[in-house]
Amino acid sequence: MLDFLQRLGSATRASFAKVGRSTFFLSHALAGIGEVALRPRLLVNQMYSVGVLTFLIITISGLFVGMVLGLQGFNILSDFGSEEALGIMVAASLVRELGPVVSALLFAGRAGSALTAEIGLMKATEQLSGMEMMAVDPIKRIISPRFYAGFLSMPLLAALFSTIGILGGHMIGVGLLGVDDGSYWSQMQAHLDFYDDIVNGTIKSVVFGFAASWIALFEGYDAVPTSEGVSRATTRTVVNSAFTILGLDFILTALMFGDN
Amino acid sequence: MQHSRTQDTLVGLFVASGIVGLFFLALQVSNLSSFVTEDTYLISARFSNSGGLKVKSPVSVAGVRIGRVSAIRLDKQTFESIVEMNIESKFNTLPEDTSATIYTAGLLGEQYVSLEPGGSEDHLKNGGQIEITQSAIVLEEVIGKYLFKKAEEE
Repeated sequence: MLDFLQRLGSATRASFAKVGRSTFFLSHALAGIGEVALRPRLLVNQMYSVGVLTFLIITISGLFVGMVLGLQGFNILSDFGSEEALGIMVAASLVRELGPVVSALLFAGRAGSALTAEIGLMKATEQLSGMEMMAVDPIKRIISPRFYAGFLSMPLLAALFSTIGILGGHMIGVGLLGVDDGSYWSQMQAHLDFYDDIVNGTIKSVVFGFAASWIALFEGYDAVPTSEGVSRATTRTVVNSAFTILGLDFILTALMFGDN
Repeated sequence: MQHSRTQDTLVGLFVASGIVGLFFLALQVSNLSSFVTEDTYLISARFSNSGGLKVKSPVSVAGVRIGRVSAIRLDKQTFESIVEMNIESKFNTLPEDTSATIYTAGLLGEQYVSLEPGGSEDHLKNGGQIEITQSAIVLEEVIGKYLFKKAEEE
């Protein structure tokens, strides 16, 4: 019994310590904005590995998600004789939920795990300590550009996901199933609001980008510097990012869309 | 960095396509293009029943949309519904004796306010009130009345 209490206590203390370290880490990484502004080269390089390399998986998934929504939506809506509402159904589900959430999950899987593995390996091979020896702050030099790159890429990726998805739904709905082209777009425009839907969806993706980059970088930086430690950290990144994104999504949805 | 040129181009392409996506969503998908912060003025109308009317429902004259419903409140004294509408300023020549009716677009479609201009020389101003109104038609009520009449006849 006493043993159990002791373990519980030490686990609690360890988790609080981790929260503290990650908060300190975040503030340190955020403070690196000066470094990033002085060397935009670093940011561009990271935008490439975080954003451009995720681009393909985002567009292809977006296309298929949109096409599936088009098919499923058509089947359900045709029971009620309201196939014209396909546009609003596809667009609302993409812009409000699927765009930010699915692209954030893909982002965590594609870019987040790569970031963790990269940073963890840098730590394991003592590149980070090497930088410190040369009086280069590794957080400002290595972490900050990656953090800001993830933070900036995420809303762009989510917007692309929604756009491609809506076009995919259009391809299936209008091109294949014969929904009227005009009503596909006009129903969408009549029911989606710029502030309520598009801006809120973008805010969601910004929050998810922030959370996913933070988790990925911190897990890498905090990894046990062995090959096993790095592999565990990479797993933790994907699992924790998925939980955090879905949990935050519920909270944000309740805050944004709860009152009407 | 050896491939920095191609990398720059690809990053540029990525950022540009992301921004194009955002613009596409803003202009093509949402209703941003249909109300580009136009000047509007407010008029209100009292209905004994505003049915399924919602905030942002269209307000139209002769089928042309000239504004949107901005608020729906309940008058605590008379238990009437007060519907406030934002009308675009370019349509500022609505006569004072305009009447308002709540119609349904299609049998089960959404409800909208239709304004029927009268013959008065004076125009409705900001904060003006429409006196002549006709409430929303509630389908169940109509069917109920019809059935009641049918039963009475027999």
